[in-house]
Amino acid sequence: MGTGSANGRTGSRYWRSKSAYLGVLPFLLFSGLFLLYPTWNVVSGAVQDNNGKFSTTVLSEVFNSPVARHAFANSLELSARTAIVGALLGGLFAWAIATGKPGGVFYKVSVALSSVLAQFGGVMLTFAFLATFGFNGLVSSLAVKFLPNTFLADSTWLYGMTGLSILYTFFQIPLMVLVFLPTLENLKPQWREASDALGGKAYEYWLRVGIPILTPSFVGGALLLFVNSFSAYATANTLINLSDFLTPLEIATALTSETGGSNPAEAKSLSMFMVIVVIIVMSLYALLRRKVSKWEQKR
Amino acid sequence: MKQSMGVRLWRWTIISFVALYLLVPLYAMFDFSTKPFGFADKGRTFRAWTMIASQPDLLAAISRSLITAAIVMALILFMIVPTAIWVHLKLPGLRRPFELLCLLPLAIPAIVIVVGIAPLYRWISINISESPITLAGVYSMLILPYTYRSLSAALDAVDIHTLAEAATTLGASISRVIFGIIMPTIKTGIVNGSFIAIALVLGEYTISNILNFKTFQVVIAQIGRQNGNVAVAVSLASLLFVIFLLLIIPTKKRQGAVLDVDVA
Repeated sequence: MGTGSANGRTGSRYWRSKSAYLGVLPFLLFSGLFLLYPTWNVVSGAVQDNNGKFSTTVLSEVFNSPVARHAFANSLELSARTAIVGALLGGLFAWAIATGKPGGVFYKVSVALSSVLAQFGGVMLTFAFLATFGFNGLVSSLAVKFLPNTFLADSTWLYGMTGLSILYTFFQIPLMVLVFLPTLENLKPQWREASDALGGKAYEYWLRVGIPILTPSFVGGALLLFVNSFSAYATANTLINLSDFLTPLEIATALTSETGGSNPAEAKSLSMFMVIVVIIVMSLYALLRRKVSKWEQKR
Repeated sequence: MKQSMGVRLWRWTIISFVALYLLVPLYAMFDFSTKPFGFADKGRTFRAWTMIASQPDLLAAISRSLITAAIVMALILFMIVPTAIWVHLKLPGLRRPFELLCLLPLAIPAIVIVVGIAPLYRWISINISESPITLAGVYSMLILPYTYRSLSAALDAVDIHTLAEAATTLGASISRVIFGIIMPTIKTGIVNGSFIAIALVLGEYTISNILNFKTFQVVIAQIGRQNGNVAVAVSLASLLFVIFLLLIIPTKKRQGAVLDVDVA
């Protein structure tokens, strides 16, 4: 992907010279300072102790710590759950958008709203759900009145795995819509017509044509959602006060802890494990995208 | 194609379920922000909304966030875009490494960047000054993948080599070529990139909270601890503001850029 139309053939010899490399210097310095240095800092810091000596003690300590393992498992579980539910609901919603009138009001509103709500994580999302299901919230106060014995009337479920899953899914659905809608729109109506003309039933079309074509892009979307919620910090931080519940929360605590003194080496080791997971998932995603772009023409 | 009964039923079930999921919390925010609070109120009140203007912390935070967003945009316009053009024009061999560098932030969650940047940030805050510039630097790197995607799509769509050669033949200097010729032709890509930048900076919480820099989101969270109604009113107002921004930016391809999260 990303191969340009012009590849620097015409006249490039005229342009090319050693001094041209000076042109990228400001950017290189800048990204070195704000991107490469922090990355290096984390990677190298993960194999150092707090005094800057090489050691894998902290890394293995973190790896064997039951608290860190629990947080990591929670993070993975939360990400997997919300990625799957978000991908399913978002995918179905994208299908509902794609089957509507193209360019109609519903289409435009849904896409615009999706692009806003996909970014709507963090503090404001927490407030929205507290206003809905929290103490004295819209749904919970209705539930207190009409369904006093259900879980809705008691908002403690909001401050745990269930609540976080529901909050995260809120921004996962619109993100999935944005990622998946282009693929759905690339499904040619002619394929369906061809299938119908050859006597295929609707389910046969979906089983033999639709699903095989959509699967790589659907799985790719789900992987993207996984990373999205795996890296998320703001929502969890503003909703629950348990510093060991998820890995990002644990990292923040290790970094800024006001009680026990901060422990940057622990923060770096934890970060390292996060980065490893993200890199694995993103590589899978890149592989899938390559498969998708083989047949999907560029918009 | 005419839709069968079953398809339509399915479609509307999905639409209503997702719409409920997404819209009820938004309505609940409105409901919550107009709830009476304090003893003076009887029934519904817009007091929380009118109190937004009288929060000095909040106004300071908004201007701080907007300044940060402006610096990020300046960095995009005067550093990232020219570099991208430069690489396309003069250093085709660097395109792959440049792309990799731009996509690197996708592999590094914001929380990890904070861990890496915290010592540098602390050093700068102590020895130079605590300014939004450092934060803007980090943000401009965080959004690099998105900026890069919309830029490279725009650069691939135009034959900038011919443009550059024609301009140079006619006597334009290289800065004129970049800022006067090529940048206007890829305006849409730049606007797209900048829009994402603003949205991201205004919504960013992780980095600024941990670095203890009181941006918009950090202050909203703070207000939320004292007065829920006002915080909810502010959140809803800013959400409406972002939707408004999205609607007034008059580009046809805008939607495509926000969609452009695919990398490979």
